[in-house]
Amino acid sequence: MTVASLRSRRAPLSSSAIQLDILGRIEIDGSPLNFDATLAHAGSMPLAPSALEIFQINLGKLCNMTCGHCHVDAGPDRTDAMMSREIVEACLAALDRTSVHTVDLTGGAPELHPDFRWLVEEARRRGKHVIDRCNLSILLLPRFAGLADWLGERGVEIVASLPHYRKRNTDAQRGDGAYDKSIEALRLLNRAGYGTGDPRRVLTLMSNPAGAFLSGGQAAMEKEWREALVREWGVTFDRLFALNNMPISRFLDWLVESENLEPYMDRLARSFNPAAIDGLMCRNMVSVSWDGRLFDCDFNQMLDLDALPDGAAMRIEEFEPAIWQRRRIVTRPHCFGCTAGAGSSCGGATAGAGADGNR
Amino acid sequence: MNPYYDHAHLSKFGDIAEGAPELAKKFFEYYGAVFAAGALSQREKALIALAVSHTVQCPYCIDSWTTGSLEQGADLEQMTEAVHVACAIRGGASLVHGMQMKAHVKKEGM
Repeated sequence: MTVASLRSRRAPLSSSAIQLDILGRIEIDGSPLNFDATLAHAGSMPLAPSALEIFQINLGKLCNMTCGHCHVDAGPDRTDAMMSREIVEACLAALDRTSVHTVDLTGGAPELHPDFRWLVEEARRRGKHVIDRCNLSILLLPRFAGLADWLGERGVEIVASLPHYRKRNTDAQRGDGAYDKSIEALRLLNRAGYGTGDPRRVLTLMSNPAGAFLSGGQAAMEKEWREALVREWGVTFDRLFALNNMPISRFLDWLVESENLEPYMDRLARSFNPAAIDGLMCRNMVSVSWDGRLFDCDFNQMLDLDALPDGAAMRIEEFEPAIWQRRRIVTRPHCFGCTAGAGSSCGGATAGAGADGNR
Repeated sequence: MNPYYDHAHLSKFGDIAEGAPELAKKFFEYYGAVFAAGALSQREKALIALAVSHTVQCPYCIDSWTTGSLEQGADLEQMTEAVHVACAIRGGASLVHGMQMKAHVKKEGM
C-alpha cells in the first residue's frame, strides 16, 4: 500500500478533533464506547501514574517512509513539525530533574533530526539507557552510513519496526519494497553486532498486525520469527514486541475507508484484558511532543490530548516531576487498543506470556 | 436477508447456551482447551482449524479462523496453502473412491 500523509492530502482526519469525534460516536450494543467505565468495572479507576521511568521524546513528524498504519501521520512532507534546539535543551534540563532510567527517542524518523546524535550523547552522558525507534530503511540512506556502528558504540538499543517476518504483510503495511530494505538493514545491524546477544547492542523488533485484527501471543510469535529469519535470511534479533494498531490517524483513516472501524473497535472492546492495566505505558512515562507539550503517551500526543497534572496542561520548560505524578491519565476510546488481548505498549505486550488474546 | 446465515450470529454464538446451559458450558470449556498451546502451537491449531472450516464449509468458522490465523501471525500465502491442503484431501477422497468404482466394474463387468 502506498499512501501520502493525511496532511498532504488535506484529509479531514488530519484533524485530531475530527478523529476524537469519530471515536466518540462509536457504539457497541447501543452504548457509546466508554473506557473509563470499563476500567471502573475492573476496579482500576482512576487510572493512576506509577513511578516515572521513561522519558519519551518525539523529535518530529519527518520520516523517509509513509506507512499505512502510522499513528503520527509522518512522512517526507512533514517538515512542518520538527523539535527546535531550544526544546531539545529544555528536554535535557527536565531530564535532569528526574531519575528516569530510559530516554526513548521517536518520531517520525528520529535520526532525521539535526540534533539526534547530540541528544543521544547527552542522554548517554547522564547514564540513561537510550532507545532509538528506527524504521530500518533509514539506515540504508547514504548520509546515515555508519550510524549503526555509531549507535552500537554508545550502547543505544534499537527498536525496529517489522510488521511480519514475511514479505506480503510487511509491504502491505509499509509500502512496496519495505521488506527487502528491512532485511538488508537487519543484516547491516547484525554486522554492527546488533541482535547477537550483546547487551550493549540490543535489537528489538516491533510487529503490528497488517489489518483490523489483534496481535497474537508475543512469546510464540518471537519463537517463530527467530527460526524463520535465521532460516530465510541468516538474520538474528534479541526480542520481539507484538503491538496492536491504534485506531488513530492513518490507521483510523484506513479503518473508516475499509469499513472496518466498528468491527475493529468491537473486537478491541470485547478483548479488554484487566491484566494489561498494570503495565500500561501511560502510567510510567512522560511523552514530549516536537513543540514542547507533555502527554501521557505518544497516542494521546497525536490526538492533542494534553496531560493534565493538577488539572492543567504543562510544558516541558515547566516540567516538575512531583506535579507530574499528581496527574490523572487522560483516556478516550482509543485506549482500548492498549488493553486488548495481551495488551500493548511501547514495551510490547503488558499482560505476560500467558495472556494471549481472547477472540 | 438470507434466513440461513447471518453474520451477527457469530458474535452471539454464546447465546446457544439458552436451552442447554450445562452442555454449552462443557462445550466452550472443551473448545477453549483444544485451542490452547500444547504439543501443537496455537498457530498450527489455527491453520488446521482454517483448513477444516473449508472442508465443513462453515462460513462462521471461515470468518473466525481467518481472523484467528491472522492473529497468530499467519499471512495470506500460508493460509491459502492451508486451504489447498483441505482441497487436496477432499479431492483425493473423491478420487480414491474411484477404486471402489473400479472394483465394482471388475465384479460386474465381463
